[in-house]
Amino acid sequence: MDSKNSRAWLGKALGVLGPFAVLLALIVVLRIAVGESYFSAYNLRAVPLQATIVAISAIGMTMIIVAGGIDLSVGSVIALCGVSAALVLRSDPNASALAIVAALVTGVVAGLVNGAIIAYGRMAPFIVTLGMMGVARGLAKWAGDKQTVDYDSSAWLNELMRTTPDPRWMVVAPGVWLMVILTVLMILFMRHAVFARRLYAIGSNEATAQLCGIRVPSTKLLMYGLAGLFFGLSGALQTARLTQGDPTAAVGLELDVIAAVVIGGASLSGGAGSVLGAVVGALIMTVLRNGTQQLGWESYTQEIIIGLVIVIAVALDRLRQSGLLSWERLSRLVRSQ
Amino acid sequence: MTALAEARLVMRGVHKRFGATAALAGVDLSVAGGEVHALIGENGAGKSTLMKVLAGVHVMDEGTLELDGSGYVPKGPIDARRRGVVMIHQELNLAPHLSAAENIALGEEPRLCWGLINGSRRRDTARDALARLGCESIPIDVPVAQLSVAQQQMVEIARALTREPRVLVMDEPTSSLTRDDVDSLFAVIRRLREQGVSVIYISHFLEECQEICDRYTVLRDGATVTTGSMAEADLSAIIAAMVGRSVEELYPRSQHQMGEVLVTVDDLAGAELPVSASFTLHAGEVAGVFGLVGSGRTEMLRCIYGLASIRHGSVQVAGQPLGRSSPRLCLHHGLGLLSEDRKSEGLMLTQSIADNVALPDLARYARVGMLNNAAMDRGVSAVGERLGVKCQSVQQGIGELSGGNQQKAALARLIHHEAEILLLDEPTRGVDVGSKAAIYALIDQLASEGKAVLVVSSYIPELLGICDRIGVMCKGQLGGLRPRSEWDEHTIMAAAIGQEVRRGQ
Repeated sequence: MDSKNSRAWLGKALGVLGPFAVLLALIVVLRIAVGESYFSAYNLRAVPLQATIVAISAIGMTMIIVAGGIDLSVGSVIALCGVSAALVLRSDPNASALAIVAALVTGVVAGLVNGAIIAYGRMAPFIVTLGMMGVARGLAKWAGDKQTVDYDSSAWLNELMRTTPDPRWMVVAPGVWLMVILTVLMILFMRHAVFARRLYAIGSNEATAQLCGIRVPSTKLLMYGLAGLFFGLSGALQTARLTQGDPTAAVGLELDVIAAVVIGGASLSGGAGSVLGAVVGALIMTVLRNGTQQLGWESYTQEIIIGLVIVIAVALDRLRQSGLLSWERLSRLVRSQ
Repeated sequence: MTALAEARLVMRGVHKRFGATAALAGVDLSVAGGEVHALIGENGAGKSTLMKVLAGVHVMDEGTLELDGSGYVPKGPIDARRRGVVMIHQELNLAPHLSAAENIALGEEPRLCWGLINGSRRRDTARDALARLGCESIPIDVPVAQLSVAQQQMVEIARALTREPRVLVMDEPTSSLTRDDVDSLFAVIRRLREQGVSVIYISHFLEECQEICDRYTVLRDGATVTTGSMAEADLSAIIAAMVGRSVEELYPRSQHQMGEVLVTVDDLAGAELPVSASFTLHAGEVAGVFGLVGSGRTEMLRCIYGLASIRHGSVQVAGQPLGRSSPRLCLHHGLGLLSEDRKSEGLMLTQSIADNVALPDLARYARVGMLNNAAMDRGVSAVGERLGVKCQSVQQGIGELSGGNQQKAALARLIHHEAEILLLDEPTRGVDVGSKAAIYALIDQLASEGKAVLVVSSYIPELLGICDRIGVMCKGQLGGLRPRSEWDEHTIMAAAIGQEVRRGQ
């Protein structure tokens, strides 16, 4: 029993540490390949910053995927939220706080619309959010009158995503700190909140959740709305980073976000997934992208590598879960050789 | 041992594990040519798994199989069929929109050229096969969905016959047949026996086995317990071998004090099923409802619990009408449901025991929406220990537990919720005998504590063993609950297939 117990523990530890180990290995390899300049102060600041928008969105997406849902509209919703923030700033460059609120509200509304149709219209999240992907993108272009929305660069919103932060002691941009704080809070939330436990239940077996008296539709509605909060924040940060509202920003970002969550150990069939894993997953993809850039590789090479990494990461995870990659099996294989 | 000399099929020391569960732990079985062999055992004894090993669906971990004296290791269902091992499953496996002829030829259609089907040969083959069964009257050109269940079963058997079976496995073939249909099925089996086919006949209706089978083998907890000639067999000895203990031990029975009425169901009807169900459930009693597959027994529970829509009728809990029922409302009134299907509805197999048990009552362990996980583990552990759930800790994944322990954990959810009214749908399905005994003891104990328990089951001995009152559901109609002393296996079965009604006319 003891060895079985410790093996189960090891399996669990591997599941949590696996993405971390991959991230560390990647950094080591890239440090060797790129050389001294890889650890330059600029790069150490740039990588987390580049990861921030995907990571914050991935936190929201983790909730959705844990509950067995999916959201393909993230990229478009981020663009729409970013444009709403920029529109506020165009009319008043001092209203950065209001701009953030506008982005958050836009994100929540988009999420609630998705959630309402999915939960009460009983439609597949894939289809509903595919529709929202088009609608939100179109709305963003309409709101921005088919152009980028420029505003006065004095708005403090932009400070959130400056590679070299203004008070130097912050080391990395405030947006990165925001990501760190949200990650910690959401790890605790997913572990302890009754609401989060219901999400895991719905994702693991919706019929059981219903049997146990969970109001599945309203829980889903609330979840999509809550996730929209994170997408809205990502939208505001996107605008801060570009220093303008761009209706064509974040095209295809939903795939990066979903990939980050899945690389972090979530199951697309629901019931499993972790915030920490998703954030590490976002970092892995950013490190890969940044690293291949540093090596001067063509962008198509990057795309191929990232595509492969997503598939390999999920394949390994599947193998681990199905027990095909268990210690027992490996040792048996070794012995039979 | 003479039987072994001419044995067609010999299985020795067959073992099969699924994760933590040993489904088969040493099965020996030998069947001669032209023999009808009863494979007897409780639900969960390993009959289906054994037959799946035989049919090449599962690969056994240990043991040997011999067919006609030579080694037999099926690579898969197709390979098994080629060797002459053919299965007829409990659920019919017909394509409902295709005709009998098309169904019989399915997968092995006679060809002309360029992949075109030889339609007239196909019809000839079908006609021949049905003639061998003495069922020439079955039309071969209409969709099988238009045939009766018994006729569909004959089509299924005819299909098996075209594969020239040497060993034919029939899994609970009579479970949805009326007595007349059973008689014609038996005539067919006797004809097959004369043709030298070995038939393995799986059933837990012992009287049927006695009528049709030559020899029997009893399985319990995945191992062969006893085997012998059916003619010399003593039925009560077979029952004792099946359950591994005497009937009195299996079904404990303390004095129940029937108290006030807790649930009143009046003329309840669902979208399709049930058609009409009325009963009252008292505190401190175990009531039972028997019904065949499709009788509406599960649908009735789902209507009460708010999982299915109600067409008309009413449900009152403790004198209060439930109105538009929902699981949430039912749980709030102390009414809990155990689902008949653990895997797809009852449990979250990817989650821990604690999460599964505490799911309806998370708020109990939470302050401002945040859970105290340690307190929750303690609360669940206490209930788990009371029910004897064997696990490493309540944090263990529930999917790693054996069927019996999973079912105890599913029951633990209702106990943890402190439900006063328990609706249990097939509480011992797919459960080993030890866990079964524990579940019966728990049900008895709950009733003597003054809780109301309604057990819905398709297994008559269990209802006769544990219930104070029993009602039978037939085609969506629930007959009145009557004291157990007024029932026996035959009257329950007769009521379930509606014969009682016919006789009364």
